[in-house]
Amino acid sequence: MTSKNDSIVKKKTARFTLKQQKYIFVYTCLLIPLLFFISIRFLPTLYTFNIGFREWDILSEEKPFVGMDNYMTLFKDEIFRKALVNTFIYVVFGVIGQLLCGIGVALLLQRINKFVGVFRAIYFIPYVTSIVAVSWVFKWILMNNGIVNDILMKWGFEAQLFLKSPNQAIYIIILTMIWQGLGFQMIIFLAGLENIPKMFYEAAEIDGANSWNKFIHITLPLLNPTIVFSAVIGSISFLQTFTQVQNMTQGGPLNSTISVVLYIYELAFQHFDMGLASAGTVLLFIIILIITIIQMKVLTKKFEY
Amino acid sequence: MKKLLSVFLFLMVLMVVAGCSKGKESGGEEGDTVTIEYWQYAYKAKVDLMDELIKEFEEANPDIKVKQTTFPYEQYNEKVATLVPAGRGPDVINLYYGWLPKYIDSGYLQPLPEDTFPVDQIESEYFSLVNAAKLDDKYWAIPTAVRTLALFYNKDLFEKAGLDPNSPPETWDELVDYAKKLTVRENGKLVTEGMAYEIGAQLNNWFYDALVYQAGGQGLSEDRKQILWDDTPAGLEAFTYLVEFGSKHKVGESGFYTDDVTAFKTGNAAMNIDGSFRLGTLATDAPDLNYGVAPLPSYKEKATQSSFWANGITAKVEGEKLEASKKFLAFLTSDEVMERWIDEVGELPAKEAVATQDKYVNDPLYGPFIEQLPYANAQFYVDETAQRQYVIDAVNEVLLNGVSIEDAYNEFAAKSQKLYDDYWSKK
Repeated sequence: MTSKNDSIVKKKTARFTLKQQKYIFVYTCLLIPLLFFISIRFLPTLYTFNIGFREWDILSEEKPFVGMDNYMTLFKDEIFRKALVNTFIYVVFGVIGQLLCGIGVALLLQRINKFVGVFRAIYFIPYVTSIVAVSWVFKWILMNNGIVNDILMKWGFEAQLFLKSPNQAIYIIILTMIWQGLGFQMIIFLAGLENIPKMFYEAAEIDGANSWNKFIHITLPLLNPTIVFSAVIGSISFLQTFTQVQNMTQGGPLNSTISVVLYIYELAFQHFDMGLASAGTVLLFIIILIITIIQMKVLTKKFEY
Repeated sequence: MKKLLSVFLFLMVLMVVAGCSKGKESGGEEGDTVTIEYWQYAYKAKVDLMDELIKEFEEANPDIKVKQTTFPYEQYNEKVATLVPAGRGPDVINLYYGWLPKYIDSGYLQPLPEDTFPVDQIESEYFSLVNAAKLDDKYWAIPTAVRTLALFYNKDLFEKAGLDPNSPPETWDELVDYAKKLTVRENGKLVTEGMAYEIGAQLNNWFYDALVYQAGGQGLSEDRKQILWDDTPAGLEAFTYLVEFGSKHKVGESGFYTDDVTAFKTGNAAMNIDGSFRLGTLATDAPDLNYGVAPLPSYKEKATQSSFWANGITAKVEGEKLEASKKFLAFLTSDEVMERWIDEVGELPAKEAVATQDKYVNDPLYGPFIEQLPYANAQFYVDETAQRQYVIDAVNEVLLNGVSIEDAYNEFAAKSQKLYDDYWSKK
């Protein structure tokens, strides 16, 4: 543009150049979601940190400062420790199961040529189904006098307690969560597989590699970013396990399925101990932070084409 | 950058101001009429009746308006707990008696005004069980209606099992005997429950306030600091009786047809221990069910559990609003409202003189519930959720983990006492 134009702009806004104006517009647009984020997410988070050091039963106006008391109480609390162990089980079995199933289904779906859309839809439907509805359907299928026990007994097996058993319940919940998340995993891994250039496989075939070799040396390393993404997202969602447990077992029997989030909810809204609940939330935040950092460091390996 | 920051701060201030002014608006008054807000949980029969009552109350008191707000039962505590600190509280609130200590401790309620509700008058007119709402020598809430537990039994299933549908079990032993006879299994699979076995529903109440007393024990010490049921063998006897329905007699299972009410309603459970509030549900959901109601089977003593939802006035209500709230509360606890409450909701009048009228005592369904009121107990809970969970866990330890009844019971008693110790040490 000419210098004449520039001077007009300068006269109008006095202090900003055209370039600066553009940036101001962009930043203003970005500011609106940022404001929303700060007021809805960030400030309450800081408030939670604050409440974690206080004793507060939600209803009263006084919130006396109690230092680390809430954290000490939580570490001594058997149910909280049980919830930590359970959450660990949810994450380990859940994430590994989800990755394996996701890769498996994606590899199979990549091989077929007919009815691809139908299969993709079938695998994706559970993901868009309401979690509460799915949980109740599984609860009914698996209840003492439900259809699964009917079939088991018809075949001469013993009826199982399933969700009423302190040993089986947590794994059944994990299985339903994996089943429901499968559609999402499948989509990510399919996208990851599409991104691997075909020529690597062709080159490997010429060198006489079998399918297992190709999988180990080409597919898996090149799928690494997808695996990291899926593991991080999966860990965070399994760390926050709540809805399924609340609907299927409410944490029982004997706290065998209680997750940290469910226990935090119970502390806050059933026992009215917001201080303890906030302390638990802070601990969960720290755990998620640490696990995510470790995963980013360990799982992200540099690879060369 | 500085400019951005100041814009941001300005916006924040704007939002806060907007938030505050909105809060004030909603609590505003128009002209000379006073508006009071009433909260209760959503139970259709109660909400409908309350709408009618409010209309009548407003006609009689043209200068008072009452606004009713309801929340689903499952979320009631949660809603109250989150909306009140946000400044959106009611003036008169309906609370479960077991939650009262928590609400009173947090300074959420004010004691019932002595001029309208003198303590001696409450104690002479109402059933003694309402003293569960008494703390520090003051009453903090007052119920319109109370409920008791009784034995519901399916007359058709009694006949099918060769039992007389007009003589329900009256003693502990008879109850076990009947339950066993009524249980139907095919190849080991439970088809009909002799007695529904849902500890988390009403059976935990049955233990605390009925079985313990029936076995000759006591619930809590006078000062509510010590649990007494573990002082005598009565506690263990009651607990053993409760557990053996599941472990030894195997007459019912938790989760059978999802829960006890559904199992009984659909004719898959022959007996169930449930409250008078269930009469309304059964009338609407299962009008063809041929069932009867009997007082709880007894042992050394007679006892039943009772409970109630009570109305209290919140702490910040004062001046005109307090006067209006007092009037409304007096109206809700009048004899006429109590009579309409039993007719339309199915809960029993909280005043002795109203409840013991012939028309209620001789009613085949209400009768057994009212008959038990004089010896009904309402435990003083310090944490209702936790105390219910203790019973569920103790029973599950025996049924699922093979722990001996004594060990499970001892742990249960120790945890219960600790809960009370912790509660009182904070006071």
